[in-house]
Amino acid sequence: MFLTITTTGTPEHPATELGFLLHKHPEKAQAFSTSYGTAHVLYPEADDRRCTAALLLEVDAVALVRRGKGKGRGGAPDAALASYVNDRPYAASSLLAVALSGVFSSAMKGVCNARPELPAVPRPLRIEVPALPARGGPALVRRLFEPLGWTVTAEPVPLDTAFPQWGDSRYVRLELESADRTLAEALRHLYVLLPVLDDAKHYWVASDEVDKLLRAGEGWLPGHPEQKLITSRYLSRRWSLTRQATERLELVRLAEADDSEVEEIDNAVEAETETEERPTPLAVQRREAITAALKSSGAARVLDLGCGQGQLVQALLKDPAFTEIVGLDVSMRALTIASRRLKLDRMGERQAARVKLLQGSLAYTDNRLKGYDAAVLSEVIEHLDLPRLPALEYAVFGAARPRTVLVTTPNVEYNVRWESLPAGHVRHGDHRFEWTRAEFRAWAQAVAERHGYGAEFVPVGPDDPEVGPPTQMAVFTLTTPKEAKAA
Amino acid sequence: MTDVREGRVLPVTDLSLVVLVGASGSGKSTFARRHFKPTEIISSDFCRGLVSDDENDQSATKDAFDVLHYIAGKRLAAGRRTVVDATSVQSDARRQLVELARRYDVLPIAIVLDVPEEVCAERNAARTDRADMPRRVIQRHTRELRRSLRHLEREGFRKVHVLRGVEDVETATVVTEKRFNDLTHLTGPFDIIGDIHGCSAELESLLGKLGYTDGVHPEGRTAVFVGDLVDRGPDSPGVLRRVMAMVKSGNALCVPGNHENKYGRYLKGRKVQHTHGLAETIEQMAGESEEFAAEVRQFIDGLVSHYVLDGGRLVVCHAGLPERYHGRTSGRVRSHALYGDTTGETDEFGLPVRYPWAEEYRGRAAVVYGHTPVPEATWLNNTICLDTGAVFGGKLTALRWPERELVDVPAERVWYEPARPLRSEAPGGQDGRPLDLADVRGRRVVETRHQGRISIREENAAAALEVMSRFAVDPRLLPYLPPTMAPTATSNVEGYLEHPAEAFAQYAADGVARVVCEEKHMGSRAVALVCRDAETARKRFGVDGPTGSLYTRTGRPFLDDDALTEEILGRVRTAIGEAGLWDQLETDWLLLDAELMPWSLKASGLLRSQYAAVGAASGAVLPGALAALEGAAARGVDVTGLLSRTRERSADAAAFTEAYRRYCWTTDGLDGVRLAPFQILAVQGRSLAGLPHDEQLALLDRLVEHDGSGLLQTTRRLYVDTADPQSVRAGVDWWLEMTGRGGEGMVVKPVGALVRDNQGRLVQPGIKCRGREYLRIIYGPEYTRPENLARLRSRFLNHKRSLAIREYALGLEALDRLAGGEPLWRVHEAVFGVLALESEPVDPRL
Repeated sequence: MFLTITTTGTPEHPATELGFLLHKHPEKAQAFSTSYGTAHVLYPEADDRRCTAALLLEVDAVALVRRGKGKGRGGAPDAALASYVNDRPYAASSLLAVALSGVFSSAMKGVCNARPELPAVPRPLRIEVPALPARGGPALVRRLFEPLGWTVTAEPVPLDTAFPQWGDSRYVRLELESADRTLAEALRHLYVLLPVLDDAKHYWVASDEVDKLLRAGEGWLPGHPEQKLITSRYLSRRWSLTRQATERLELVRLAEADDSEVEEIDNAVEAETETEERPTPLAVQRREAITAALKSSGAARVLDLGCGQGQLVQALLKDPAFTEIVGLDVSMRALTIASRRLKLDRMGERQAARVKLLQGSLAYTDNRLKGYDAAVLSEVIEHLDLPRLPALEYAVFGAARPRTVLVTTPNVEYNVRWESLPAGHVRHGDHRFEWTRAEFRAWAQAVAERHGYGAEFVPVGPDDPEVGPPTQMAVFTLTTPKEAKAA
Repeated sequence: MTDVREGRVLPVTDLSLVVLVGASGSGKSTFARRHFKPTEIISSDFCRGLVSDDENDQSATKDAFDVLHYIAGKRLAAGRRTVVDATSVQSDARRQLVELARRYDVLPIAIVLDVPEEVCAERNAARTDRADMPRRVIQRHTRELRRSLRHLEREGFRKVHVLRGVEDVETATVVTEKRFNDLTHLTGPFDIIGDIHGCSAELESLLGKLGYTDGVHPEGRTAVFVGDLVDRGPDSPGVLRRVMAMVKSGNALCVPGNHENKYGRYLKGRKVQHTHGLAETIEQMAGESEEFAAEVRQFIDGLVSHYVLDGGRLVVCHAGLPERYHGRTSGRVRSHALYGDTTGETDEFGLPVRYPWAEEYRGRAAVVYGHTPVPEATWLNNTICLDTGAVFGGKLTALRWPERELVDVPAERVWYEPARPLRSEAPGGQDGRPLDLADVRGRRVVETRHQGRISIREENAAAALEVMSRFAVDPRLLPYLPPTMAPTATSNVEGYLEHPAEAFAQYAADGVARVVCEEKHMGSRAVALVCRDAETARKRFGVDGPTGSLYTRTGRPFLDDDALTEEILGRVRTAIGEAGLWDQLETDWLLLDAELMPWSLKASGLLRSQYAAVGAASGAVLPGALAALEGAAARGVDVTGLLSRTRERSADAAAFTEAYRRYCWTTDGLDGVRLAPFQILAVQGRSLAGLPHDEQLALLDRLVEHDGSGLLQTTRRLYVDTADPQSVRAGVDWWLEMTGRGGEGMVVKPVGALVRDNQGRLVQPGIKCRGREYLRIIYGPEYTRPENLARLRSRFLNHKRSLAIREYALGLEALDRLAGGEPLWRVHEAVFGVLALESEPVDPRL
């Protein structure tokens, strides 16, 4: 990984003053050891007119992997580090930021013992980072650097010129130019914004990270229009959050076995991103509709099948009419988060006795689910491949057979009303299908008939006269105790 | 007393709860020790000691009996006879034991030791720990015992032996009796015949079709009747006459059906309703002699509710039997065997809804039964119902055992109108009925025939459950998952991390003389289940629509596009047909292990986010860094070492990019897609995992030759003799040449496929030797630098090897279960095990 800093000189301030500012002699190549390799500072050009300092970090890839291994704090927060094939030896990441602050620490503080007046002098600066990993692409790079007065050139690097159809990589070739900047400011911008753009850190963020951010951001971060994003990304890799990463190791291996990325299969819990809509009123409306339907069915013992992170379980717990609430999900990660959300380990005995979280799967029949008053499948069926829906149908309506079953699913007709949703897209990457009202009703009525239930339909959310409500709900009620199934 | 004097002989059933009844000091413990195994005996004194450290602490009695009942329960559940050594003189104590016996469906047997009070007192006085026992305690015991004697049978004891006096006790002998239902020593072969209901003509033609002449089979086969011989049909006496004669002459066994049971009660003069066809039987029997009627009565009276046959592999009864009732004896076992279980509900025809016990059945023994008319006899979870409604105009069906062949004859006419239409009760394999979570959840142990018991940890099962439920193809189309494969031992050859010399050496050490080196294709593992047509897929695998499946190592559909999958299956199917493999292998389906290319077809996400990304980053950064270093060097700054290192880095990065690019090419539909099959795993009735690889490859070569579509690709191979240095050299050269041209490497396999070493352990089914350039994709662009290689050589292979063997054994097990036609849950259990083990922590680079 590599970056260069170039300045041009004036008669009063020759370009080689950069050597004083950086505290590194232009005629020497100097090496500094860091925890993941050796940082070199050298000057490809250095005269009064123009002077360029280059920082080259030789990363020891094998050491990086070997340190990054293992569970818990011994391991690294960034899963990529556990692989020998990773971009860290090449891309400008938090490793480079740390090297920057180590090698140029006095420059970053704006201290120059030999020439104390120099650091405060603004000068023309040009910074080149040839491979900057940037989540958010060139647009975000501009949004971060332009408000700071930089002229930004950010070009995406293609993934592979041999396969143009693959498109661009997440790297950006970055050039920053400014006619009057102090070097200290420039270094502090880089120190904070490189890892923010990369959105990953090679070390665990400790509590002193906040202080580091405040120090490095002094004078520029408070007024920055993207301050919120910068802060949240910079501090994002906190232990409590990243611990989840280690909890999914088994899944990581199953993804590896299949040459796929873990995100492809470990997607039961939605990643929190800046672009994600905050808990939408729709989710709240859905829970209210479900609770109301449950109440009117008179159910006391309730199954939340596919409980996810436990929002519905939490809502139901508030109503003493529900004496037993079982949340079932196939994702251990979702259940862990649900358990934390509900604070199960700190709940009083009496409350805790009302709630149970189970790992289970509706692709199998499950004796534990028998004998309940009601089951809720809220936004569940659309996460199943259609050919496997009959298995769920049998597990719920044929085997578990609660008196009441509530099923909610998106109404695909309503998708045209979502402004943020590109045409033809489903609402969630894992949705295997989304149904129109007619499709959902046809399915629900067939299920009801096959298993001796009656089905009613309830709109959830604003019922648009043209395209219907955003969420559709079917309320199934057992009519015959056990209708013999037709062959 | 002399040896000559013969005492009482006490028959005691082999599986029973034996309750000794006698006062303190009556000699129960001595008696028990003399006649039973020490582990069969549980004494209340011992249990008192367990909970209180004092065998005579009466305050601990309640807890002691809790423990006693608990242990006895565990033993009985496991099918072990248990002897309770406690006074048991009080009816309440005995009642609890009778309940315990009933709970586990075993016979309660009482042996009473009625010894004079003075003898008991004398014996207690001689024992230091009981010397101070008050006389009145023994008096009370004796009194209670006397009071009990008359009631024991009414209390529920099925056998009561009363030994009066010391001599009786000392001279008695206990003989172990087998249960009536235990015919495990009979191995048949059997012809099990479904519900006849008086269809005498059909019975005669079926017996003829099965090869019986006048009730005797020339090969000494035994007919087994599942009951319901009578009622509804035209000639119940004829059926009875035939069956009774065959049973009497030892050519048949018979279990009672509910209809015999009811008719038997009628014959004994009980009041029964003449419904469900009983009236017909009574009418037909009116023409028979008194004598015959008496014989019938005796015959029905002597029928045993179910039989366990053929070493425990086969259970025959009328209405089916859950595993916990096999070989047990109790009222409810008999009732289940006769009537089955019901849910307590009634259906729209007013008939009781049967509890689907077979759906939950997970036993090892095959259960063959009748009772419920179904249109076709089909296996469900190792159970099969043979009542195909002969009397309702269906057919009369027999099952040949152990051949598992069905033989049937059609009904000559509808003899009796059914109350409801014939239909399959069990929502068996065909309408999407799922498996049960209890088959896969939590910590599990899977029994395999090749590697014994293999355990699966809870967290691995949890991860597998998530992938299996959310991403995998339908379990019915997922009969196998391939095991992981261990790499060769780490090489010390300069510049190499893996080298085939190590693989040859390892097989030589395992005693494998001949190995085959198979080219490793540059794609992704794919398993293909190819059925001859949609009808085969429906009949054999119970799915409607697809003609097979094509899935990845973790069971996910290989392609998102179902139509494209069908097209691939179609091309393979055509090639199979052209090559004549359907006929040669006598099958309608084929399970293939293969590699699907290019790698980029499936791994494009990973390729782009990881491999191409590294290539892009290095390509973007290194030229600039080199230019900067060259600039500095030109200015006279000493950067020599750094410059040459950076040049090497740049070359390594370029080599890395070259390496991954070899696995990528663009495809359009199936254009550019290649499938290289390297093993036929299984066909109808047969696992081919043990077929030697030379024979396998010969079959596969024919398959590839007959593929006109250009989809199939052959696997290059070389045979090596591990003991011959020249042959080994040739193997190494072959690999060097192949990997030198950018090949991924090769897999070395014992030609014999399924091989054990000289200590009887399974040998690795394959060892991979990956090419030097290919390994850049695994260990990073710069792994070949000497300082990196030196560190990377310390890698630990044992866990990977053990994992590979365990997954291999599970895979073999899945194939054997599939080929043996075992129920889906049994196949799925092994397949799920492979997936779970795949999530065990092991270095992913191995």
